[in-house]
Amino acid sequence: MLRRYLRLLGVQLKASGLQALQYRADFLTDGATSLAWTFTALAPLLVVYGERPSIAGWTFSEALLVVGWFTLLQGVLEGAINPSLTGVVEHIRKGTLDFVLLKPADAQFLVSTQRFLPWRAINVLTGVGLFIYAFWKLGRWPSGPGLLASVVLLGTSTLLLYSLWILTVSAAFVVVRVDNLTYFFTSIFDAARWPSSVFRGGLALFFTFVIPLALMTTYPAEAMLGRLPWQSLVGAVLGSLVFAWVARRVWLRSIGHYTSASS
Amino acid sequence: MSLRNTVRAFPTLLKVGFSEAVAYRAELLVWVLSTTMPLIMMALWTAVARTAPVGRFGQADFVGYFLATFAVRQLISSWAAWLINWEVKQGTLSMRLLRPISPLWAYAAENIAAFPMRLVVAMPVTVLGVVFVGWQVVPRSAVGWVLFAVSIVGGWLITFLTNAIIGSLSLFMDSSQKLMEVYLVLFFVCSGYMYPVELFPEGLRSLIDWLPFRYQMGLPTELMTGAHETAEALRLLAFQWGWVTVLAVGTTVVWRYGLRRFAAFGG
Repeated sequence: MLRRYLRLLGVQLKASGLQALQYRADFLTDGATSLAWTFTALAPLLVVYGERPSIAGWTFSEALLVVGWFTLLQGVLEGAINPSLTGVVEHIRKGTLDFVLLKPADAQFLVSTQRFLPWRAINVLTGVGLFIYAFWKLGRWPSGPGLLASVVLLGTSTLLLYSLWILTVSAAFVVVRVDNLTYFFTSIFDAARWPSSVFRGGLALFFTFVIPLALMTTYPAEAMLGRLPWQSLVGAVLGSLVFAWVARRVWLRSIGHYTSASS
Repeated sequence: MSLRNTVRAFPTLLKVGFSEAVAYRAELLVWVLSTTMPLIMMALWTAVARTAPVGRFGQADFVGYFLATFAVRQLISSWAAWLINWEVKQGTLSMRLLRPISPLWAYAAENIAAFPMRLVVAMPVTVLGVVFVGWQVVPRSAVGWVLFAVSIVGGWLITFLTNAIIGSLSLFMDSSQKLMEVYLVLFFVCSGYMYPVELFPEGLRSLIDWLPFRYQMGLPTELMTGAHETAEALRLLAFQWGWVTVLAVGTTVVWRYGLRRFAAFGG
């Protein structure tokens, strides 16, 4: 079973890879836009830290780590999650989702792996670059356990992002026009650029529990700095698993209620 | 495409646009909700100002400023570039060209017609601002309101004309979507959307003063929160309308040359 799905994943990856090689010019434009977006992420940071050496307990170099994680996750989101799920919306609208549902493999797996944009990996590289720069500025290197924890958190963040996306797509079954929901989602995700301790009151609760942005970028950055309590790490892992489970339930429900295009 | 035709058709275009805005109100709401950046920035800057004010901005001033940014963003919106890109790609632009009125007017009408619906969003935010921060978040004199209104019209025109130019460029290349992205990045950084432009370091500020972005978003926001004396406001408005003129000429030229290419392309 697992072997079969791994092989399937390989086939889908290969297809996307070949497609990406067809459009080599995208490499440059994607690279340029990704760098431009990183600059937007940095511009307000520079202005803010021009005023104060530290904000809500974060110095410039530390906040840079959060931006690094944001950029990295943006790459994951736009390269691996976004394209295939936008495809689902197309399927729903055109009625071709029926063909996917008929295939003898899990529908969620099929739609989630249908398309990758490998060039978006540039974002991941930019993120890593930011990490190196930030630590060079800090004058020290992350500890082994801290680094390990941040890698674990990369997994949980990706799972969270993916689950949020599944939830958004499930909404597409109800409202059909979801392309602007994706804009909505991206604009909310934007808040993850900032250390979560910046937000207070209602916003803080919202970004921790409803849309767990704090878990996605602030926790990994703290882990790298070696100041994330292990309870938070366990909480993040459990929380993201619960989130993924809920998303899966909602997805199965939407599929169950889905009346195909012809009926 | 005579001027008379345009003037006669415009009210109808507005009516159609308004019905569309009402029909797709859920979609409009989602668009509005996706402009949450000012609220995030508000949280951030009030955190910065928690210990001491930044320039002339205390915590309350930042709340007022970013609520104003949110309201202004609703009022100066345009999405013509996406529409033109889409219609060029799909070829449906040729249908618009058959009508006896320039498509640019039709796009403009569609944007203007959504204005009342967007006002419905902007108004409560402004009222909230007054309740939480006080009367300094709105102009306090009749003259102030007039200047603000003029700056909103100018700001919208800059947004629309830039959109039209970038959209028209899709007639020359496959798609100007990426260009739009680059433009948006510059807009976010330079317009006063993420921070008041006066917080920029000195050298960059004088550059920003010459670019159109500040007059698109920052100036209406500043006038709404009463940041300038009348004389200074008039000087800045003159600058804004200077940009409107330049962009209007630019749009006409690019659009005309672009259409020639489109005709050649469609056969």
